[in-house]
Amino acid sequence: MAFEPVLLRHLQIPGIQHLDTYQAHGGYQALKRALELTPEQVVQLVKDSGLRGRGGAGFPTGVKWGFIPKDHPGPIYLCVNADESEPGTFNNRILMEGDPHQVLEGTIISAYAIRASVAYIYIRYEYGRAYRILQRAIEELYKHGLLGRNILGKAGFNLDIYIHRGAGAYICGEETGLIESLEGKRAWPRIKPPFPAVQGLFQKPTIVNNVETLACVKHILERGPQWFRSIGVPPDPNNPRDIGSFGPKLYCLSGHVNRPGCYELPLGITARELIEKYGGGVWNGRRVKAIIPGGLSMGFMSDQELDTPLDFNGPLKVGCLGLGTAAVIVIDDRTSMIDVLYNSCRFFAHESCGQCTPCREGTAWMTKILARIRRGEGYLDDLDLLLEIANGIGIMPGTTICGLADGAAWPVKTAITKFRAEFEDYIRNSRSRSVTLRETTKTL
Amino acid sequence: MPLLSEDLRQAIEDYTRRYATRQAALLPALHLIQERFRCVPREAIEELADLLDLHPAQVHDTLSFYGFFRDAGNPLGRFRVWVCRSLPCMLRGGEEILDDLCHYLNIQPGQTTADGAITLEFAECLGACELAPCLLVNDECHGPLTQESARQLVAQLRRAGVQHGV
Repeated sequence: MAFEPVLLRHLQIPGIQHLDTYQAHGGYQALKRALELTPEQVVQLVKDSGLRGRGGAGFPTGVKWGFIPKDHPGPIYLCVNADESEPGTFNNRILMEGDPHQVLEGTIISAYAIRASVAYIYIRYEYGRAYRILQRAIEELYKHGLLGRNILGKAGFNLDIYIHRGAGAYICGEETGLIESLEGKRAWPRIKPPFPAVQGLFQKPTIVNNVETLACVKHILERGPQWFRSIGVPPDPNNPRDIGSFGPKLYCLSGHVNRPGCYELPLGITARELIEKYGGGVWNGRRVKAIIPGGLSMGFMSDQELDTPLDFNGPLKVGCLGLGTAAVIVIDDRTSMIDVLYNSCRFFAHESCGQCTPCREGTAWMTKILARIRRGEGYLDDLDLLLEIANGIGIMPGTTICGLADGAAWPVKTAITKFRAEFEDYIRNSRSRSVTLRETTKTL
Repeated sequence: MPLLSEDLRQAIEDYTRRYATRQAALLPALHLIQERFRCVPREAIEELADLLDLHPAQVHDTLSFYGFFRDAGNPLGRFRVWVCRSLPCMLRGGEEILDDLCHYLNIQPGQTTADGAITLEFAECLGACELAPCLLVNDECHGPLTQESARQLVAQLRRAGVQHGV
């Protein structure tokens, strides 16, 4: 059966950002269907679909919803994570700008399922256009009784949606960092437990979901969990911890390809197919040197690993941190991995929130070492030192509160493991100049 | 005479109704203030703290975390131009565009042109990688750019900025 895109299906329709056009194309029918069910039934449908969060961690959405304490007097909050800041990732922006009501319909359905009375869309400040489009769409919904009190005549279903604009910090994409930021504080991630589903925003039960995740919820209501499970990759029978990668996914493709863009494909497409069939191949007739499978923090895949399926499991098998946001960045064979890794380290050093010492100091230290290597003043030992630092920071070694440091470490680990010869050559060849420089400095 | 005008206070007060705590209105309030004054003056911090039942140090704690807000010693120009330097843009010439604009405007990232028209900034990933290399003018994205088209865009903004005054 040919794959039929659903998330991007309506993007080309003129005026789809307006409520009447959206409704003319079947909009808000999924919400009507949801309101015929109990909230528990909606949660069950999403559990049955196998939907996993699209924001990076891939946690099962229905299971997350199930963590909200039963019979909580409320209020319960839904936070829409639209802080999309992972380098290479832009699918949330495409959804919000292109089809805002699809996102809002998914949000309203999800709020109903978790019994939330307020939803906050935390959107990064840089997404000015998306903000204005969403704001207009929300105003339309209030005017037509799709937000506010007793939505669509359903007694007792009240929901307000507010947009909250960020102020330029990557860490606000981490769910508890987002919550702190919403509360008007510095976005320092919280120690868990308690998890947000129990004690989140304003100390009340809170669910934080990514924009694309919520858009998927709408389609699960419309087409059923079996449809969702018919797309993607079933669990690996040899891996008892794999729960499968179901549904459509918005792959972002950027870097050295002929046709960068956002492509909706079944989970599990290979990197090679994505680059060659959809991205039109590497630009200027060059070859792939490396790719990043799912946003910068996932680390690198080499050109030998391009047949890896981009599902939640695939990138793990080649030493990457995971599928992440499924944002593929292509690096051609004329690019220096030293430059690429320096860029990566600089990003994470800049975005470390400074709360945990290993992350704050480790990311800055790795950046300094790479800057020195780049200047031609590196030592071969620096590579092992970089690995040692990378292995010591993050939630995997257990030295930090959130995963930012793991995201900083994985590009370092994978680049040095997979491209060690290039780093060694560069250090050897560039040092011949710098040795003289050093000695001169010493005599002075 | 307070610095924050009555309409600004009302707008901030309106925001507080959206949240369970008054402190949660802090970021929206800081955005309103910086839009108005092109920075967050010290008096505004004190008045805002008063308005939101916070200590001025709490306001400063939050605002200093986000690199977005400026103090009175370093106000924004009429247009804030953010040039992306993250990997997807870097691979397609983003860093060269940033260097070139520094040279062209004769300022470093973070600084404002002497005529007050343009504040130049480096940005981390703007979330528009299909348009790489790209830049943001205030909160609107432009791309894909070349060094020439980036210069043209900035020249246009500069003329507009000087005409409208700062």
